[in-house]
Amino acid sequence: MKKLDRNQIAARVARDIPDGAYVNLGIGLPTLVADHLPKDREIVLHSENGVLGIGPRPAKGMEDEDLINAGKEPVTMLKGGAFFHHADSFGMIRGRHLDYCVLGAFQVSVAGDLANWHTGTPDAIPAVGGAMDLAVGAKNVLVMMEHLTKEGKSKIVERCTYPLTGARCVNRVYTDLAVIDVKPDGLHVVDIVEGLSFEELQRLSGVPLRRLATAA
Amino acid sequence: MIDKFIASAAAALADVPDGATVMIGGFGNAGMPAELIDALIAQGAKNLTVVNNNAGNADAGLAALIGAKRVKRIICSFPRQTDSWHFDKAYRAGELELELVPQGTLAERIRAAGAGIGAFYTPTAFGTRLAEGKETRRFGDRDYVLETPIHADYALIKADRADRWGNLTYRMTARNFGPIMAAAAKCTVAQVRETVALGELDPEEVVTPGIFVKRVVRIAPLRKVA
Repeated sequence: MKKLDRNQIAARVARDIPDGAYVNLGIGLPTLVADHLPKDREIVLHSENGVLGIGPRPAKGMEDEDLINAGKEPVTMLKGGAFFHHADSFGMIRGRHLDYCVLGAFQVSVAGDLANWHTGTPDAIPAVGGAMDLAVGAKNVLVMMEHLTKEGKSKIVERCTYPLTGARCVNRVYTDLAVIDVKPDGLHVVDIVEGLSFEELQRLSGVPLRRLATAA
Repeated sequence: MIDKFIASAAAALADVPDGATVMIGGFGNAGMPAELIDALIAQGAKNLTVVNNNAGNADAGLAALIGAKRVKRIICSFPRQTDSWHFDKAYRAGELELELVPQGTLAERIRAAGAGIGAFYTPTAFGTRLAEGKETRRFGDRDYVLETPIHADYALIKADRADRWGNLTYRMTARNFGPIMAAAAKCTVAQVRETVALGELDPEEVVTPGIFVKRVVRIAPLRKVA
């Protein structure tokens, strides 16, 4: 089996984002998707702090502390970009104007519940940011994560054991092993990495999976 | 005659009382009114409730205000960061009360205060522990959570240019919470990079109209833009 690395997962996500889409990439792993968006598509990246039309990272020495993304990293602007205040930015999110958001996750349930903001440990300092707004607001919520925890447990679960970010909000999950759609009748496998059988993926995942007619 | 220009940050914040609710603009360093926060620390007001997206970074600004034990309560969306040690320490010691709010709900609660809205229903956080104990209601096929506005006594914000009527422009993503906090507070104090004569700001480029701003302090940028 050839597990995908982080950049390969990001590239697989990028492949599914169509020309003309307005997209928010979550902090961390999802940020990598920006590096893999096909050059022949015009895709407008949004960031919660109040910007549309984010371009590539600035060259060293060209950073401007007033121009950052939600991860507080320096960015640049594309022609056609725009700035707006925070309430407008979240109005775009909550008002269902974003076509896609890509989020990391601790767990996704069979019903599409998402847990990605709190590990649930009692002494952890909670922090939520914009995750709950994105989970309910984007037209398509894509999750990007490793399929298994370090202990080898599936992160796709019957019911989330971590506190929820949003209920029934995830549309598609991209992992290092597979691409899986969350549908009302269950989980449909869209893609499996080379060398992994559907049966083996089913065994590792521990929740019922359906084989898409077109999947290998 | 209207003249909202104030000579110093100290003079602009002299009347902040103990127990005030203070909104502080900024997202990371972008839009963070660092010199106003320094002046608030020097001024000495305590038992403050602070509204900000975060809970301070490293040792300056809001982190220093928390470090100086002036904050009893913080309303924010993302306190935990790699360099939020002043917040982490005060929170773990039980010296600081935290109200954690999803970022978009935080922004909308601030906006609602400035716009005279009594409460609003949002789909964000429905079915999560951040909605526990809150009134919910179904509209159409979606469930919503009732949220109330956040009003403030003071808002400390950073803008780019201002005239003496308090009209403000911003610079790039430093705009973030500035416009909505300006409207939500009884007394909004803006620090700006540049002050200009009345008439020099094109009305088309004014983002925060002066009606929302009480005091303007010009702070010449010390730190070079990286």
